[in-house]
Order: sequence, then C-alpha cells, then structure tokens
Amino acid sequence: MSQVVPQKVYLLVFATLMCLTLVTVDVAFYNFGILNLWVALAIATFKATIVVMYFMHVKYSSKLTWVFAISGIFWLAILFTLTMGDYLTR
Amino acid sequence: MSSQLAHHFEDMSQQREASSLGMWAFIVTEVMFFGAVFTAYGICRMMYPNAFGEASNKLSVLLGAVNTGVLICSSLTMALAVRSAQLNKTKSIIGFLIATMILGGAFLGIKVLEYSHKIHEHLIPGLDFVYEGVHAPQAEIFFSFYFVMTGLHALHMIIGIGIMVWLLVLAMRNRLTDQYYAPIEITGLYWHLVDIVWIFLFPLIYLIGRA
Repeated sequence: MSQVVPQKVYLLVFATLMCLTLVTVDVAFYNFGILNLWVALAIATFKATIVVMYFMHVKYSSKLTWVFAISGIFWLAILFTLTMGDYLTR
Repeated sequence: MSSQLAHHFEDMSQQREASSLGMWAFIVTEVMFFGAVFTAYGICRMMYPNAFGEASNKLSVLLGAVNTGVLICSSLTMALAVRSAQLNKTKSIIGFLIATMILGGAFLGIKVLEYSHKIHEHLIPGLDFVYEGVHAPQAEIFFSFYFVMTGLHALHMIIGIGIMVWLLVLAMRNRLTDQYYAPIEITGLYWHLVDIVWIFLFPLIYLIGRA
C-alpha cells in the first residue's frame, strides 16, 4: 500500500465506529429473543469490515493482500461450521 | 537507492509489499488463535444461555463501552501515525504514536480497575469464586472465558505498546520516512487486529442477557 488515504476518510470511519458502538449498547437492552445475538454480530462484523478496509488499507491493497485477508475468514468459517455442525446435531 | 532496501528485493515497493503480506499471514494465524477461544465460548454459551446471561450482568456495561471508545480512538491515532510516516512528517508520527500509547495505557488502566472489582466481588474462577444461585458452576465457566479472552487481548495490547516504544526510537532517529515506513505500517495492522478482537469481545461478553 503506497497510496495515502485522505484524513477525512479516517475521521468518517472513526465516527461510524463510535456511533455503532452506541447502537450496539442500546439494542442490547431491547428483547428481540434470539435476534439479539445476530444483531450484535451483524454490527460487530460491519465494524470489523470497515476497520479492515480503511484502517488496515485492504481496500487500497494488492489482490494478493485480499487473498490473504479472505483466507483468514475462510479458515475461521471451517472452524465454526465443522465444530457447530457437530454440537448442533447431537 | 536507499540503504534500507534489502539486497534480495528489486525496489522499495516490492520490499514493502513483502512485509505487509508477511504481517497478513501472521494476522490470519492470530484470527485462528482467537477464533478457537470464540468457538469454545460459543459452544458453552449455547449449552448454558441463561447462566451466561446472568453472569454477564455482573460486568459493567459502562466501563466496557468506555474502553471500546478508548480503543477505537487509539486505532484512529495509529492510522494517522502511519499516514504521517507516508507523508514524511516525523513530528506528527511521534505525536500520534504517543497518543496511541496513552490511549492503550488508559484501556489497560480501566481493565485493571475492572479486574480489581472482580477480585473484591470474589469472582475469580478456580481460586476465589463465590456466586449465589443455581447457575454457580456455569457462571464460573463464563468468568473463565471473561478472564482468558480479555486477558489474552490485554496481553496483545501490552506487546503492541512495547513495539511502539521501538517505533518511537526509530521515528526520533528519522528512520521512518515516506520511502521506508513498513515497521509502522505493520504495527498498525497488528494494532487494528487487536481492535477488531475487542469489537467482537465487547458485545459477546458484556452485552448478553441485558434485555
């Protein structure tokens, strides 16, 4: 990554992360049943995605960096899916 | 040609790409490392949803949320420190690095405060665990996860702050420039990874069973 990201972009990502932190705290106090977990995970995943894309520069990086980053998600998915596939079907 | 170019690379950008890819490979192993603990947490929470929700209510949402904010601020200052290196602004690299270290230290300070509350409340699994009600054994499992997950996270932050001391020395010696900023760039990647781990930890540990 040799491209310099504008300061405005970092500040916008920062503001979004702060707002979503307040949202995730707020929604935790409403009872949506099982949906509470999925809402919390969806917000956290979105926050993590913008951190990876902008703070970690993946959006501006080579295709090979994308492959490395996505491989992390891929292996994590195998870990979750196979383990939960066992525990959820016992 | 810069003296900071190792002989086995064609040019500075190839060298930078190689260090960044190496760091990403390490980050993937870190994702798997934390992923295993998160998976174990998921299984236990699935087995004892009520006990985990009840035990989580012993934690302070306020302190957890403040710490989330502090950590996001430190990620911003870290990103700006890397940007300063890309723009050759040595003074502002030093400023943003110090800000990041202060924010990281503040996070750890709040963490110490939380841990000391738990010690006073006798919520230390295995050593001093006193818990009222039918869910006591499962609550002890929850607090084991609490200490292991936040403890591993805090250890990563301590290591990160240690690396920043070295970066400060490099910056003060004018060794970080727009031609050579890989050390601060990959430390940034590490610091943001630690932020991401907390982004998932916070709702999963602090915000369950609140409704």
